[in-house]
Amino acid sequence: METTHHIKLPPGSLEKQTTTLNLGPTHPATHGVFQNILELDGERIVDAVQTVGYIHRAFEKIAERRPLYQITPLTDRLNYCSSPINNMGWHITCERLLKVQTPKRVDYLRIIIMELARISDHLICNSIVGVDTGAYTGFLYVMQYRELIYEIYEEVCGSRLTTNIGRIGGFERNFTSTAFEKLEKFIKEWPVVLAEFENLFTRNRIFMERTIGVGPISAERALNYGFTGPNLRAAGVDYDVRVHTPYSSYEDFNFTIPVGTTGDCYDRYLVRNGEMHQSLELIKQAYKKVQEFKGADADVYHADVPEYYLPDKKDVYTKMEALIYHFKIIMGETNIPAGEIYSAVEGGNGELGFYLISDGGRTPYRLHFRRPSFIYYQAYTELTKGGMLSDAIITMSSLNLIAGELDA
Amino acid sequence: MTNELIKQRLTEKFGDQLINWEEPYGMLTFSAAKDLNLKVLQFLFDDPELRFQFLTDLAAVHYPDRKGEELAVVYHLHNLVDNIRIRFKVFTDVAKPDVFSASALYSAANWMEREAYDFYGVNFIGHPNLIRIQNVDEMEYFPQRKEYPLEEQSRIDKDDEMFGRGGSFGPGNERSALGTLSDDDKEALKQ
Repeated sequence: METTHHIKLPPGSLEKQTTTLNLGPTHPATHGVFQNILELDGERIVDAVQTVGYIHRAFEKIAERRPLYQITPLTDRLNYCSSPINNMGWHITCERLLKVQTPKRVDYLRIIIMELARISDHLICNSIVGVDTGAYTGFLYVMQYRELIYEIYEEVCGSRLTTNIGRIGGFERNFTSTAFEKLEKFIKEWPVVLAEFENLFTRNRIFMERTIGVGPISAERALNYGFTGPNLRAAGVDYDVRVHTPYSSYEDFNFTIPVGTTGDCYDRYLVRNGEMHQSLELIKQAYKKVQEFKGADADVYHADVPEYYLPDKKDVYTKMEALIYHFKIIMGETNIPAGEIYSAVEGGNGELGFYLISDGGRTPYRLHFRRPSFIYYQAYTELTKGGMLSDAIITMSSLNLIAGELDA
Repeated sequence: MTNELIKQRLTEKFGDQLINWEEPYGMLTFSAAKDLNLKVLQFLFDDPELRFQFLTDLAAVHYPDRKGEELAVVYHLHNLVDNIRIRFKVFTDVAKPDVFSASALYSAANWMEREAYDFYGVNFIGHPNLIRIQNVDEMEYFPQRKEYPLEEQSRIDKDDEMFGRGGSFGPGNERSALGTLSDDDKEALKQ
């Protein structure tokens, strides 16, 4: 590393020279494939250089050859801890581009799925911070409730991690009664588990000592670094895409945005926990609204967009029009309107944006993913410099870095 | 704060140097000569009314058909106080893709510009560390430019061991685990 020669040891340093430590690309403490070359004076970090790109998969290039619906599986693999939010974000981008109005029931069902995904995302992050501070129990204990969330996904779309959930205009099929039963079970049991999880950590002396004042960032620096999501809110800025640019009818709901003050690991933990409470509130409200639909409205699960939403299979066999649409959608022969759109959703880690340029062809001319992890990871050197090596590990996990989102 | 007000305020300052005013899907979009990019960004940042102090996104785009302005750099800016977004573009010649770096104004621009350089070859002047970020350092081209098409999906000349495509791989020609070993490994197994 070139920086070696430029680093001056602080006066009175016990070390005769600094040590270079390769943290990653595959290190048990980094939870993902990315490399940090740390320059250490004893246990204290004097400099750090990040290397990303180990799982770069050229999604933006691949997307230039794919029709809209085939891009959804690519978005799964960005932040794979909350794939449904990425999927919905992409569908919403397409719907805005195509000027499709989704029915209210679809919006509410989407909110249920997106907030479940947010809970599972924050759950992983916070319990991993626990693991890195030496408390494995919380992680192991809450995993069964993430499992329950994954079972709900499975009931809705058939898969668990890379969900490819939903379609342009709605969902591929209606929610089954089993899905709602599992959701009710989750709504009933989850608050108890979350309370126990908080009991394990929030006022735990060891946990507080390890996280308070560790990896802090001021609101000003966080904004300059393009932080969004829980990491920005922990620094005290109440920016949330769900409130500032509502999508999927978030404006119909009552919820608050938890904010912190110091932007350290403890505040990030508290903000994520607060958001899990808010997500549960949103799920309850959305489920209540979904139950209020009566008659024919209660079976609506997609908008009427025949050019992009696959027709019923039985119609494909019997109706000429449905067959044509089916063929055109599968072969991606529908031209998308020319235009340029930036659309964002509040992902697990912050503002997940899709910048789509269409020249009127069947595929996007250019698609750019605004990936929150990629943008805030560049602040990692500033967050960890001067701190201990063990603090750098906690800072990394409390930022919730997801390799898939770093590299696209 | 509305799009009209922003446009008015910017026109007062820069006159007709800002061109191509559009509002696709409600987002105010405009472009300027590439030498002006920092002046415009700095004005948008400092102006007490405009306050576009949050860089949401920076992306490069390649338009091979636009002679002399093949590469575009697109900034998405957000005024978080008034909650309004704008899009600002500069175009540059692909033969001399020099654009001033905004990384001194926005720390967030550092990696975003490295990414734009990595994939499109935009040369950001004044960037502290303009090296590749996602691709390998040895790469000699800028892969997201339009002259590099994705691989033809139906090609069969490529013998891909891992993904089983083309070449000698196919029905009736399955390989055993031994078949994929090198001769040295086979020797080692025999002993």
